[in-house]
Amino acid sequence: MTLALYVPRRSPVHRVPAGVKLLALAVLAVVLFAVPTLPMTGGALVAVVVVGLGAARLPVAALARQARTVLWWLIGLFVFHALFSDLPTAAVTVLRLLALVLAAAVVTATTRVSEMVAVIERLCSPLRLFGVRPARIGLVIAMALRFIPVLAERADRIREAQAARGGSARGIRGLRTTVAPLLVQLLQMAHTVGEALDARGADDVPPARGRRSPAPAA
Amino acid sequence: MKTRDLAYIALFAAIIAVLGTLPAINIGPVPVTAQTLGVMLAGSVLGARRGFLAVLLFLVLVAIGLPLLSSGAGGLSVFAGATAGYLFSWPIAAFVIGWLTERFWSRYNVAWGFAFNVLGGMVVIYLIGVPVLAAVANLSLREALASGAWPFLPGDAAKAFIAAAIADQVRRSYPIIERPQRAVAAR
Repeated sequence: MTLALYVPRRSPVHRVPAGVKLLALAVLAVVLFAVPTLPMTGGALVAVVVVGLGAARLPVAALARQARTVLWWLIGLFVFHALFSDLPTAAVTVLRLLALVLAAAVVTATTRVSEMVAVIERLCSPLRLFGVRPARIGLVIAMALRFIPVLAERADRIREAQAARGGSARGIRGLRTTVAPLLVQLLQMAHTVGEALDARGADDVPPARGRRSPAPAA
Repeated sequence: MKTRDLAYIALFAAIIAVLGTLPAINIGPVPVTAQTLGVMLAGSVLGARRGFLAVLLFLVLVAIGLPLLSSGAGGLSVFAGATAGYLFSWPIAAFVIGWLTERFWSRYNVAWGFAFNVLGGMVVIYLIGVPVLAAVANLSLREALASGAWPFLPGDAAKAFIAAAIADQVRRSYPIIERPQRAVAAR
């Protein structure tokens, strides 16, 4: 399971700060929906491809993979609009979606996950007013990133164990005998991870207010 | 929010991600995936607040460029696509399911759970997903319903039942919802 769509390159696009790229993406989306003309959408699409393949030197496959997930849908949409609306509407609708999907793919492929996490922490800093600490958001993202391969491995192990016993527990029985106990195990694991982190000083009391004593009186 | 709660939230975000590795059935623009099962479970096991945050975290992971949606889609592109409304509806669905589950916690059973999952996991998701599909794809509401809601009824109903059966089992052996609430009240 490859866990990132990031494509490492030394390019000017890669060096642009993540926040700027995300802002540019948002602006592009607003502009394309505000000006639904063929030159605008077509121009945007060409520009996105030039930036992605030219300036950022991304492999065609990196963009094609993202485009492929929406390809059949775009074709269906085009046919639908060509039949029931008119050809220009069909072209604008499809090209606009394709341009946005590719632009987002370029941002994703040129920005490290860690940079994105940093942007998220920064964007969340106003939430301090509501008692949210941005560092906790970074922590929860890090935990989820660690849990994903762990879960994938456990699921594989169960599949293998069932195959080795010559069958699989299916239906309602399977839910009761496999899935629910597995979920309980995972919840216990999460509980343990939480306690372990607290023991290492990740606890939920903000440092400014001082630490709680290890065993608070009831 | 305690670190343990953050761990539960991260766990369910990861569960939704791993459910995406199960093969999806593509019918038209919106795929049938096991991931909404994870959304229903997040609400009915963790409750409203943590369930909402778990699904939101999953979407954040997708947005920052991890290919976690079924069929390996990911990145910001998906939030511009035809199925964006469904994605945005997921955290709300988890919240609604979690809220109802918390309300009826002492009487929770598979039948109630099924009802909550249908309400939060199907009605809410269709209410948000279908209009967005219609807007993004320039379809009429009737056409959007035909390609973005009706084909999913049997699969989603099955998922609502499965999620309720699992949640009921977890509630009896390792209840997550009531204990933290007591802890908060004591503080």
